[in-house]
Amino acid sequence: MLVELDSLAEVEALHGALLVADVPDVVELVPAATTVLIAVRPGSDGLARARAVVEAADLSHPPDRAPRQVRLPISYDGPDLELVASTAGISVDEVVALHSGAEYTVAFCGFAPGFGYLVGLPEPLRQARLENPRTRVPAGSVGIAGEFTGAYPTASPGGWRLIGRTTAILFDPKRSSGPALLTPGDHVRFEVAS
Amino acid sequence: MSRSLTVLRVGPQTLIQDLGRPGNAHLGVPPSGALDVPALTLANRLVGNPESAAGIEALLGRIQLRANCSCTVAVTGPSVLVSVGDHLVDSHAPVHLREGDVLGLGAPVGGLRCYVAVSGGIEVPLQLSSRATDILSGIGPDPLRANDVLPLGDVAGLPEGADVLSPSVAPAELVVPVLLGPRDDWFDDAHAQLTAGRWTVSQQSNRVGLRLDGDALRRAAAFEARELPSEGVITGSVQVPANGRPVLFLADHPVTGGYPVIGVVTADALPKLAQARPGTPVRLHPLR
Repeated sequence: MLVELDSLAEVEALHGALLVADVPDVVELVPAATTVLIAVRPGSDGLARARAVVEAADLSHPPDRAPRQVRLPISYDGPDLELVASTAGISVDEVVALHSGAEYTVAFCGFAPGFGYLVGLPEPLRQARLENPRTRVPAGSVGIAGEFTGAYPTASPGGWRLIGRTTAILFDPKRSSGPALLTPGDHVRFEVAS
Repeated sequence: MSRSLTVLRVGPQTLIQDLGRPGNAHLGVPPSGALDVPALTLANRLVGNPESAAGIEALLGRIQLRANCSCTVAVTGPSVLVSVGDHLVDSHAPVHLREGDVLGLGAPVGGLRCYVAVSGGIEVPLQLSSRATDILSGIGPDPLRANDVLPLGDVAGLPEGADVLSPSVAPAELVVPVLLGPRDDWFDDAHAQLTAGRWTVSQQSNRVGLRLDGDALRRAAAFEARELPSEGVITGSVQVPANGRPVLFLADHPVTGGYPVIGVVTADALPKLAQARPGTPVRLHPLR
């Protein structure tokens, strides 16, 4: 079942309600930009139960959950830093102050394992993707695109404007505390590495 | 010496697979796992393993394995010649190997993927509670290469000896039942277009998706220039990229996609997709 919503806030509210309800037989729960995908075990009544949670959910208020706080060390030395500053009409220092001063929320993951789409980007940094995507973006690169910022867990092609890099290991399938450093709902801050 | 197998020869893509790691899509991790699940679970039952044990998925067969201990193996999937040393043995049946015996698979007739289960299961380390190799995200063991040594687990059950089991037969033409939605409204009469369309399996197909060559699906006028914000997709999703030629997502599919999904293949048809060779004619049969 794919539930379509009007905003990221509604996605967050419904995803939270489904997490709290912890419906049995739900195999996958995938929040995205304007949707929540609910996949259930075939032959179970998980779909009917999930539907009841969806219908009862208060989309105007996300349920109270204590979000995890994640801090990502960052060096602001990305190849598109000047481009981002000139597009915004501000200095590089101001880009750094804006990006490191904001608190972000992991809206959803996708694209690659451990790639979190973070919302909460200050308005001047909401910028278009590169016209010509790079064929290889190094692991740890931190970029911005539209209303999102995020860090590439592994080297991959990518079209986001790169402003820095983090030494954080964003995805490690063998990590005992969980493979992905960022999961939907987490609060994230970037801290300039000393 | 602990129980193990040595890989002597591999085919074009020889992977360790089990039932995958569903439940991690919200982290960006595909489900992965055997593409032809009934073939793997049958092989496991034949050798006395739990159905979830890890075995080998051998694209186009042609592998050789040496037993470093006494063990029972079973080969399933399409019809294929199986040998132990110089002797031909049955596929779809438990076969006993002594220490030093060499199991060989020929090329499968008709299908694509052969499965080999070994008593005790292949016990490479778990990653996210699965041993499956995910070719999209690189999680799980590397594709097998000659000289790899595969550790085996302890034997848990007795081999099951069914009398005669038939190999799966890949149909000359694949007719795939598709439940319409969630984005069928993005297309001009999705039902009619799917019914009329004729495709063949593309050479570009892999564990991520079965790509189809042939007719391009037309979007409805109102959706021609629309961009879809990325949304979750499931195995079996029929995604229609910009060129209009459908991609049927298989186990290593990306967890989200930015192109509309016109319909979803019913779960019981997925094993047939796993065995469809490039060039096979395909029709999509929409269900409402």
